[in-house]
Amino acid sequence: MGTLNMLVLVCLVYVAFLFLVAFAAERAAIRGKGGWLRSPIVYTLSLSIYCTAWTFYGAVGYAARSGLEYLTIYIGPSLVMVGWWWVLRKLVRIGRTQRVTSIADLISSRYGKSNLLAVGVTVLAVIGTTPYIALQLQSVTVSFAVFSDVYDASAPLGEQESNALLVAAGLALFTIIFGTRNLDVNERHHGVVMAIAVEAVVKLFALLAVGVFVVWGIGGGVGDILQRIDASKIGTWQIEGDRWATLIFLSAAAFLCLPRMFQVLVVENDSEDHLRTASWAFPAYLMVMSLFVVPIAVVGLDLLPAGSNPDFFVLTVPLATGNNSLAMLSFLGGFSSATSMVIVAALALSTMVSNHIVMPIWLNSNFGGATVSGDVRHVVLLSRRISIGAVVTLGYLYYRMSGGGTALASIGLISFAGVAQFLPVLIGGIFWRGATRLGAFAGLTVGFVIWAYALLLPSFGTGTLVSEALLAQGPLGIGWLRPQAFFGITGMDPLVHAIFWSILLNALAFFLVSLGGFPSPVERLQGAQFVNVFEHSGTPQGWSGDLVQSEDLMIMAQRILGAREAQGLFEREAKRQGMGGVLPEPSPDFLQVLERELSGSVGVATAHAMVEQIVGGASVSVEDLMAVADETAQIMEHSSQLEAKSQELSRTARQLRQANDKLTQISSQKDAFLSQVSHELRTPMTSIRAFSEILRDTDRLSAAEQTKYSTIIHDEALRLTRLLDDLLDLSVLESGQVSLNVQTGKLDGLLDHAIATALTGSGQDSLRIRRTRGHKQALLRTDLDRLSQVFINLIGNAQKYCDAENPELRIEVSQSNGQVTVDFIDNGHGISKKDQAVIFEKFARAGVQRASGAGLGLAICREIMTRLGGTVSYLPGQGGAAFRVVLADQDQLAAQ
Amino acid sequence: MGKSVLLIEDEPNIIEAISFILSRDGWSVATHSNGHDAVGVVVGSRPDIVILDVMLPGKTGYEILRELREVEGLVDLPVLMLTAKGQVKDREMAERAGASRFMTKPFSNSEVLEAVRDLVTG
Amino acid sequence: MSERPKHLFLERQSYRRRRLIDLIRMCPVIGAILWAVPLLWRTDGAEQISTSDAVVYVFLVWLGLVLMSAFLARALRDGGDADGDGS
Repeated sequence: MGTLNMLVLVCLVYVAFLFLVAFAAERAAIRGKGGWLRSPIVYTLSLSIYCTAWTFYGAVGYAARSGLEYLTIYIGPSLVMVGWWWVLRKLVRIGRTQRVTSIADLISSRYGKSNLLAVGVTVLAVIGTTPYIALQLQSVTVSFAVFSDVYDASAPLGEQESNALLVAAGLALFTIIFGTRNLDVNERHHGVVMAIAVEAVVKLFALLAVGVFVVWGIGGGVGDILQRIDASKIGTWQIEGDRWATLIFLSAAAFLCLPRMFQVLVVENDSEDHLRTASWAFPAYLMVMSLFVVPIAVVGLDLLPAGSNPDFFVLTVPLATGNNSLAMLSFLGGFSSATSMVIVAALALSTMVSNHIVMPIWLNSNFGGATVSGDVRHVVLLSRRISIGAVVTLGYLYYRMSGGGTALASIGLISFAGVAQFLPVLIGGIFWRGATRLGAFAGLTVGFVIWAYALLLPSFGTGTLVSEALLAQGPLGIGWLRPQAFFGITGMDPLVHAIFWSILLNALAFFLVSLGGFPSPVERLQGAQFVNVFEHSGTPQGWSGDLVQSEDLMIMAQRILGAREAQGLFEREAKRQGMGGVLPEPSPDFLQVLERELSGSVGVATAHAMVEQIVGGASVSVEDLMAVADETAQIMEHSSQLEAKSQELSRTARQLRQANDKLTQISSQKDAFLSQVSHELRTPMTSIRAFSEILRDTDRLSAAEQTKYSTIIHDEALRLTRLLDDLLDLSVLESGQVSLNVQTGKLDGLLDHAIATALTGSGQDSLRIRRTRGHKQALLRTDLDRLSQVFINLIGNAQKYCDAENPELRIEVSQSNGQVTVDFIDNGHGISKKDQAVIFEKFARAGVQRASGAGLGLAICREIMTRLGGTVSYLPGQGGAAFRVVLADQDQLAAQ
Repeated sequence: MGKSVLLIEDEPNIIEAISFILSRDGWSVATHSNGHDAVGVVVGSRPDIVILDVMLPGKTGYEILRELREVEGLVDLPVLMLTAKGQVKDREMAERAGASRFMTKPFSNSEVLEAVRDLVTG
Repeated sequence: MSERPKHLFLERQSYRRRRLIDLIRMCPVIGAILWAVPLLWRTDGAEQISTSDAVVYVFLVWLGLVLMSAFLARALRDGGDADGDGS
């Protein structure tokens, strides 16, 4: 028992050492001194968790039984690594840009962020991994037993189990401590990665040491060993081609799909550049790891008594030759392999379980509560820790229940075949945009059912879960459904058979269902982002936290609804909740409202996914949602927006042009008007000034002269006053501020009054008025004073401008359809065609000027008539100058 | 002195005022009141100085002035322009048309007198 | 060459880089083909392949792939760190 105690001590020291390494690495990373932590070598070494205890111990046993077939397990991953440019590079880029936390996350994210899919993948991953963890526990406890010389495969020993429990507990503790130290979820665990890198070195060194000892210590060098190999029972190539090819494919697929491999390959990856180094360094590592397997197996077969378990030749060969310290080293190598696998597997699975099962359930069950924010981070950590414990416990229970027998030995490949079912969905997802969620469901379901039916269940041994009758005749006697002979094809190797059919039908179902379906918007967007990751992704950004934050919702909502609307909505909701500020609590009510608002813009499904993912998704970042939101919004609005924009732009441009034209016109009109006013004011002022100076400065003016000049001054002053009156009048009329004094009166009387006023002060013979007595009894209801002003103006114009020998003005009144028309026609030369166009403009004066008019009369007339609802216009073709005044509709009044 | 002035202006009162002022100073004043034939009147009467209004019926003062400057022997004829539009651009237009001096209405009598004397003697 | 405009040179460089990536893409194919050779080996009869020969063959392929991959990775790094043009 001394050895065993020694062994326990070594284990404890070793584990303590690992704790120290992990701790130091964490510290260095926190202090920012962890540059060397992120070296490509560390990355490469961390990949070595692919080599578990199953490969460390089991490869030799495998070689002792089946020759070189064990190599397939290493060749597959080597091909994947060498072909990094195809798949790994893309996976890593997607993992970084989409902030993927696990393979379940990747698949669910790709297929429309479906949590159901994530749950499915998680469950399947747990099913596939649990036996594997059990296998590690078994290998550790058995290796203990080997050392203590009490190994007996058939005797379940209490001590073994307590050892297993101890190991399980220790591993869980380690994983919890270093796997969930923080939730600054960049999801990179420097401590863990560093520890497994160290373990990678330990196991490689241990295996090499045993190998060197066997080749040069026991054997006589390379030549001797090669001879021994050929002389042994595995001396010739006996591997069936189908197994060789299938197993290479299987290990390659598993390398990509195993949750723990995905964890170290993608999630823990710090830089895409590391892949470049790992592309050759990791195959080299695998090559060296497998180099001495056959020699050890052959020497073990030679050296040890028949019936010895070849799985532990790595231990028993040094022990049998009395080399205890080498055996100890070898033990440590196996221990390392087992522990690193369990740690990373537990980490990867716990992330999946926590993110996709525990957290959604927790969030659902807590929606009744007041808030969702605040302690989510804490809850996530707790859920991760519990998940780790649960995963390891599950492994331990499996180990206990399986009885630790040889049944576990075959579980390695079966587990591989299980996780390989993810392959079609994974590869299809990153290379084919047409892949859909339903297709993924179909493929995974078909694959796993066949895997379980054809491989997993029969593996427990005929007669346990699968009856002999079922194997021989198929379920209910349906021959073509026999678990190991689908469609009646017999004679295939059971493993090859199961892998062939499960992967084939899986891929087929995935493909066909994808073809037939129609993906949701989120799926299509995600598909585009995944497949075209190299076009889409910019520089990868940091990981976002898991906290539910209104601000995140706000940012997202702004992206979709527009800043003002979103802010308005949030402010309203905050007010409704009785809070100040703009950020409401993300209560269920508010989220519902928000989702409804969002769905108006992006559709119900997307809105739901977005809100759900921010609120319930511990693994999907806001940036993801931003990307979806942006792209959806763009796709929706892009074309229509562009069109509307260009129309709007040209409309605006047109309006601007019009406005500009108008302004320019008004501006020049204003200039011209001011210039005119200036002229009209300055002219009389000139006379006034000149004559007043004459009166002042000139002596000896005759009385007649004095009178004459004073009269001129007086007249010009009157003219000025008139001009100002006219200007004011016009201004009032134009501004529309004139108030009309509506009265009822007779047109006849009005004309009489106008004629009398206009002709006052001039010689009676200066203008003869001829009036046609027709409808002058017409009653008018209008502003009589203003109308009279128009008449006076027109009569005055005739008086002033009629150039006939015997000036005569005809005033003709006619009435039709209730409209009263008054024409003023003189017998002069009239107004030239050119002038007709401008006479109604301000300051326009036709023909030879006379001093008295300022040129505002007709402009005022026109304004007045407009206000009164009638018109005044020039009437061409009447011989002389002719103006027509049309009065507003007088229908009712005329009838009176 | 007996120097002759031709006043081209359409406002009767202004004609009367300027005529009065200049006559009393010893000038012989002729007047004309429309733009159409103003150039012909100038060429025919060959005054010592022309006082030209801008706003004339038929033709503007600027046009008349430009035409006068093209007539042989009238390039240096002193021309005093009068305008009732007091804007800067009017002054510029007058200078470009070749006015000897430019004066804005209303003016003081002595200014006119001084300007006419200056232009003829200078 | 030195007389040529610079962009010609760059084009040539990026052209070489693309061909390099082609070669990297071919690596797993080459490996798969070479490792598929054992499929041709007979598992019965007189002309069986001895395990020692098989070991030597498999590991030589392995070594060749590792060396080639290492060489290409180095060439890719030296050829500029720019990102690839997608797959």
